[in-house]
Amino acid sequence: MTKKRPTVYEELQEKGYSRREFITFCGLMGAWLGLEASGVTQIVKALETKPRLPVIWLHLQECTCCSESFIRSSHPIVGDIVLDKISLDYTETLMAAAGHQAEKSLHDTMKNHKGEYILMVEGSIPTKEDGIYCCIGGKSAYEVLKEAATGAKAIVAWGNCASSGCVQAAEPNPTGATPIHKLVHGKPLINVQGCPPIAEVMAGVVVHILTFGRIPALDSLNRPKAFYSRRVHDTCYRRPNYDAGLFVQTFDDENAKRGYCLYKMGCKGPNTYNSCGVIRWNNGVSFPIQSGHPCIGCSEENFWDNGPFYEHLKSFPGFGIESTADKVGLGLGVATGAAITAHAVATNIRKRKLINKGLKEIEKEKENAKE
Amino acid sequence: MEQNILKLDPKLKLVYVWQQPVRIYHWTNALAILVLCLTGYLIGAPLAIQSGAEASYSYWFGIVRFIHFVAGYVFFFNFIFRIYWGFVGNEYSRWNNYIPLKKKQWKGILEVLKIDIFQLKLGPYETVGHNALASTTYFITFIAFVFQCLTGFGMYAAMSPSWFPKLFAWFVPLVGGDLAARHIHHLLMWVFILFAMIHIYLVFYHDFIERNGVTSSMIGGWKFIEVHDDEKGEVKDER
Ligand code: HEM
Ligand code: HEM
Ligand code: SF4
Repeated sequence: MTKKRPTVYEELQEKGYSRREFITFCGLMGAWLGLEASGVTQIVKALETKPRLPVIWLHLQECTCCSESFIRSSHPIVGDIVLDKISLDYTETLMAAAGHQAEKSLHDTMKNHKGEYILMVEGSIPTKEDGIYCCIGGKSAYEVLKEAATGAKAIVAWGNCASSGCVQAAEPNPTGATPIHKLVHGKPLINVQGCPPIAEVMAGVVVHILTFGRIPALDSLNRPKAFYSRRVHDTCYRRPNYDAGLFVQTFDDENAKRGYCLYKMGCKGPNTYNSCGVIRWNNGVSFPIQSGHPCIGCSEENFWDNGPFYEHLKSFPGFGIESTADKVGLGLGVATGAAITAHAVATNIRKRKLINKGLKEIEKEKENAKE
Repeated sequence: MEQNILKLDPKLKLVYVWQQPVRIYHWTNALAILVLCLTGYLIGAPLAIQSGAEASYSYWFGIVRFIHFVAGYVFFFNFIFRIYWGFVGNEYSRWNNYIPLKKKQWKGILEVLKIDIFQLKLGPYETVGHNALASTTYFITFIAFVFQCLTGFGMYAAMSPSWFPKLFAWFVPLVGGDLAARHIHHLLMWVFILFAMIHIYLVFYHDFIERNGVTSSMIGGWKFIEVHDDEKGEVKDER
């Protein structure tokens, strides 16, 4: 057991980071989290005085793209702070220990830091056939999760898998993939959405927990508001083209070259809450829309089932991949028109008597008058 | 000159059915829905304008959306007014006509289906206000209006700085996010288009068969009703 654990700053110093680099990092974090200037001071103070957070990081039904995203962040400390310094008493992918050693390290963390450690989960939980689709150390993912969640202070669900099931949960969801929030109740839980989430967003969440000792303010889908309160569409640099009605029609047309809006190519930016337009990816180099690809809505629930990705409207369930609400609606409109016509014709035949009633009476009256 | 004049049956009388507020509601609603369908369709499938212009010279899509949102407000408050009028209006516009809770209403629905829709029986089936099938259909339409407002203002909450649409923001997560809300919103447009087609046809149909002036009843408020002595209670004297 560790006795006096070094603070985060001490560990960073040991690694060779300068004071300047440390402060730069704290400033960046404060900005991304949308804190006031005094908030940055709080971050500095927290990292200087608090030891690293004990973390258990579970890799369940996932592809590790969340971890991959993390190590491509803009500031080296972002990666270090989670992957090296703050965390990882247990993580299947990156720790040196294996087999029984790894199991021991997991149990040691759960015991020694009971009620203190943060449980971070990458991946969804298969629930069909007792969860045999994902087993670690002879236990199903669900059992591992339940055990680890019991003593956790808070749970961080990384990425769309852990937050809403992602591609594994897409129709017909063969493994019964289920997000964490549907299985674990009664613990503070954050959904750090995206496939994967942006590295700076992940770091921001960790720094927030470390600094303030609690989870950040969340939206109705448990996403941290600091990063998910605005739509991609609201911070998109192509937005003026949208308002002007200038749209790319096909991926290889003139409009695509001019950088017009990708709305008609199926851009889900107007329905997607994320910070891609602001923080961007890979050291702020670009984000999908900047690279000419419409947003696919990866930080939203069920985005795989809300496709096709390159159509504005979702395909209509039960009517085939190519059917949109408009096609189905138009079809029903034509059918209704035909039914109305048929009904009108039938009316004129079946209700002839009623229709001619008045005329017959007039005729009768005229005849009566003649007589 | 010979004219086709049918002397009015002395037993035919005029009944004041639709009060002015109901009539104003109806046409405001019809107009708002027309505008909302046109602009909504454009929002879903904007025109393919190929132009080399700079974005700063044009704002047409923004204007289409603006008109949609303004019409959305008109539609919403007009609808709220109709809900209120369902509590204070005359007997034909009250909610108990629209919600089929009584056995009599279900019997009526069956009768209308037999006589007017499938034409298994010759008619006519006459009522002073809406017939039973029509009122039930309007009730379903009113529920669709509610969902259209919830999804519409729910989506609008993310784009408007005003506090009002924020009152609807809770609804969107219930259906699984903005994408799902948009899809429901778009589908309901087609529900209203189909409703309007059938609705307008049936109004004309009833006027054609029953000659009770139902089309203009939504303009002037009056309907021609035959007095049946034997069926007491069927046709009531309004004033
Ligand atoms: C009968 C009533 C209405 C109809 C037929 C209608 C129709 C539509 C349609 C077809 C769309 C396009 C959806 C798509 O992107 O595929 C749309 C978008 C929208 N409607 Fe409506 N709508 C109605 C009422 C309302 C109301 C009451 C509001 C409330 C303000 C509203 C707000 C919106 C918003 C915010 C959008 C999204 C616009 C955007 O993406 O910029 N709508 N509507
Ligand atoms: C040329 C177009 C239209 C005509 C001539 C028309 C005529 C009428 C008439 C005569 C009634 C009373 C019918 C009855 O007693 O059952 C009525 C009721 C109604 N109509 Fe229309 N209508 C038109 C368009 C629309 C449209 C576009 C909508 C909306 C989608 C609409 C929605 C309604 C509703 C909701 C009622 C029930 C009104 C109430 O009880 O307050 N109408 N309409
Ligand atoms: S490219 Fe997408 S996010 Fe950007 S303005 Fe167009 S629709 Fe909105």
